[in-house]
Amino acid sequence: MKLNLRIWRQKDTDTAGRFVTYQVDEVSPDMSFLEMLDVLNEDLIGRGEEPVAFEHDCREGICGSCGFVINGMPHGPRRHTTVCQLHMRFFKDGDCLTLEPWRAQAFPVVRDLVVDRSAFDRIIQAGGYITAPTGAAPEAGAILVPKEAADTAMDAATCIGCGACVAACPNAAAMLFTSAKITHLNSLPQGQPERDERTLNMTAAMALEDFGSCSNHAECEAACPKGIPLEFIAGLNRDLIRAAFHRHREPLAVVAAPRHPAHEDT
Amino acid sequence: MSTAIALTPAARLKDQVAVPQEPVVLDARIPPGPIEQKWDRCRFDMKLVNPANRRRHTILVVGSGLAGAAAAATLGEQGYHVHCFSFHDTPRRAHSIAAQGGINAAKNYRNDGDSIYRLFYDTVKGGDFRAREGNAYRLAQISVNIIDQCVAQGVPFARDYGGLLETRSFGGVQVERTFYARGQTGQQLLLGAYQALEQQIGAGTVTMHPRTEMLDLVVIDGQARGIITRNLRTGAIHSHVGDVVVLATGGYSNVFYLSTNAKASNCTAIWRAHRRGAHFGNPCYTQIHPTCIPQSGEYQSKLVLMSESLRNDGRIWVPKKKGETRRANDIPEGERDYYLERRYPSFGNLVPRDVASRNAKEVCDEGRGVGPGGHGVYLDFREAIGRLGLDNVREKYGNLFEIYERITGDNAYDVPMRIYPAPHYTMGGLWVDYHLMTTIPGLFAGGEANFSDQGANRLGASALMQGLSDGYFILPATVPDYLARTKLERVDPSHLAFLEAEKEVRQRTEPLLNANGRRTVDSFHRELGRLMWDHCGMARSDAGLRQAVGKIPELREEFHENVRVLGAGEELNQTLEKAGRVADFLEVAELMCTDALHRTESCGGHFRVESQTPEGEALRDDANFCYVAAWEWQGLGQAPALHKEPLTFEHVHLAQRSYK
Repeated sequence: MKLNLRIWRQKDTDTAGRFVTYQVDEVSPDMSFLEMLDVLNEDLIGRGEEPVAFEHDCREGICGSCGFVINGMPHGPRRHTTVCQLHMRFFKDGDCLTLEPWRAQAFPVVRDLVVDRSAFDRIIQAGGYITAPTGAAPEAGAILVPKEAADTAMDAATCIGCGACVAACPNAAAMLFTSAKITHLNSLPQGQPERDERTLNMTAAMALEDFGSCSNHAECEAACPKGIPLEFIAGLNRDLIRAAFHRHREPLAVVAAPRHPAHEDT
Repeated sequence: MSTAIALTPAARLKDQVAVPQEPVVLDARIPPGPIEQKWDRCRFDMKLVNPANRRRHTILVVGSGLAGAAAAATLGEQGYHVHCFSFHDTPRRAHSIAAQGGINAAKNYRNDGDSIYRLFYDTVKGGDFRAREGNAYRLAQISVNIIDQCVAQGVPFARDYGGLLETRSFGGVQVERTFYARGQTGQQLLLGAYQALEQQIGAGTVTMHPRTEMLDLVVIDGQARGIITRNLRTGAIHSHVGDVVVLATGGYSNVFYLSTNAKASNCTAIWRAHRRGAHFGNPCYTQIHPTCIPQSGEYQSKLVLMSESLRNDGRIWVPKKKGETRRANDIPEGERDYYLERRYPSFGNLVPRDVASRNAKEVCDEGRGVGPGGHGVYLDFREAIGRLGLDNVREKYGNLFEIYERITGDNAYDVPMRIYPAPHYTMGGLWVDYHLMTTIPGLFAGGEANFSDQGANRLGASALMQGLSDGYFILPATVPDYLARTKLERVDPSHLAFLEAEKEVRQRTEPLLNANGRRTVDSFHRELGRLMWDHCGMARSDAGLRQAVGKIPELREEFHENVRVLGAGEELNQTLEKAGRVADFLEVAELMCTDALHRTESCGGHFRVESQTPEGEALRDDANFCYVAAWEWQGLGQAPALHKEPLTFEHVHLAQRSYK
């Protein structure tokens, strides 16, 4: 089949971008969406035009590298499917598809469909961990985790950090991402000692980035390729209230993550 | 067994292999004493660095997968000044994330007879007696600490209703020692290491360099003292000075172009280190996994693994007739060849991975393969559905059938699956001693990047174990020992060695941009992959390997003359990144073939057609090949020098593996 692609081309963060239209012939229904772009890029290189930059790696839907917006939908029209797992059999001959990068102030465009998602790492730095220095761990069998808690933690931990939730949100909020990590760690017995501090610090770090606020549109849940549910955001809000009202011996120190630390190599 | 001496290469290899100028002693530094005390003894003999002095030492860790992230985080916790480098946009993308099945540990929570000794034994035997006993024993010992560490970090392993950790059996062993987190164990272990790493980044002990690719190693006065990197976003070339360099950059299965590895997985870091003097251990040892979704066309970019458990109930067959055009369900029973059941009546479809893979290739080479290009065999569940009922099959394998349908569009409940083997792990890698140090002092290698613990074949659920063992426990003990014992001169990036290495990096990058030829990088990579698959894949022959050794330099030459890389060096240029990696694959491929050619025995994943039992199984030659082959770089176009580290087996008796 043949496809018409309207693709966002942008040389770098500081240069204005624009849409450019390409036609791809001989698209096989068995190709993945990214393989279709590989074909386009091989063709572009043959014609002396620079190929379209897009992020990708495992092509199995687990690394979280890939992702762009197809006709307004992050990762395209199939639910619970990353673009690398989206196959061309779900498109028709002659379709016109518009491809653009995640649109969010917190995710500046690096080039074409590639964005900078390092804001997510800074949220994790603020508290998305359980302090467990290597060597200090107790015997694993000594920690009992109720199955329900373990399953909830696992449901939340399946987040791949792709950023589709932010791209789908009209406010470009990072609540689904942040709530997934908070739910993962706060559900477990091992996560209890740092629970309040983690919740406050991660939400504070999130607010320091250029993400918007959550207003319960639930677009994030619909776009999430891993099916992270909206209820985790409600859980995050409950934990925030808990942290605010929980008695602490001393006020909890809310650490502000350094915003956009200078990149040494630039 | 602490030393290994380079022996004179066999006379018949004179034309491929250079004789080293003088015998080089490869000291594996395996501690003396009983096997269960070796690691304790090694740790006690180590020198320590005073906590106040640790921050004065800079450690460069390249790679942020299980081994790299775990090592960087742990060394950061200890107080060292750590720099961690990843070509990804964030350390969480490393390919460890894609591992599915699980991680082995000798916890014996099942009370089913497991022990550290049994895990050690299984590993040595599974590796077809080409791994070091001392390393394999240490791996089994540390396996129990890994589970403790990961649970403490909050890795959500599967639990039973009492809240205890679940385990399952895996890879044909007789005990249930595999811990897992659904089908995403690698993801959860990596996120645990990533979170520990991010905590250290937040604390300022680790400086992270994302989108930064190592392009060379700098060696000064015989010691590894730094690396040269390219910032993938700006193209800037930089020098980084350190007291120690740790490479944890994964394996090189992408030399085959099509593999289960992630697209960006590459050999550049270890290959550059090899060119600077680090010996390469057993480069030909690769593992080919039998159950992957086959290629559907020329455009195919990678292969996806399907759990091997499918072979428990699926029956593997191809049509008896060559060039069969009917659909699978239209082919009557009498015209189907259940070739594994026919050739291996006792094991049937459950023969080991290497046998299943090799047989699939053979029937496809005969022209009886199915699907596009004839690269596939059927895995049929019709009989199982009849026997167990549709619901039971759905319950056992539902998620795998769903993955299959997502990719192929076929409903495997109605039509047989098509599967084909694919490369997915390289047991070979940089040669390291017991301390995981390469032949360059100060250069360490961990995880899949080194050759150490798996021998000629890796058992399932052992890769995660090795990566975390190296990263959390071994490197954080051995790297400080090196620092405490070594006098390091002050150097800075203005040192001539750094300036020259930077210049060399530019001299490699610029010609790629200026060649302006007619072929794309991928077209070369595909051609190399096909060549390697045909001649250095599942079945290797003297004639085929010689042909490959002859063709690879020609292809390499054409690549440098005729490749087309558009754009500039000073920007995000994904084609340029790929071109640099393919240039290195074009070199490592030749070494793999040379190693495969010299090892005329079959062992584990290395199958030489000349060396098989009458039943067609791998036949080892312990009299001549019971050693690690460590290759030394002699220059491009020059035959590499072979050094041997003899392997001795005091606990696990050398025996021919039998599947009868």
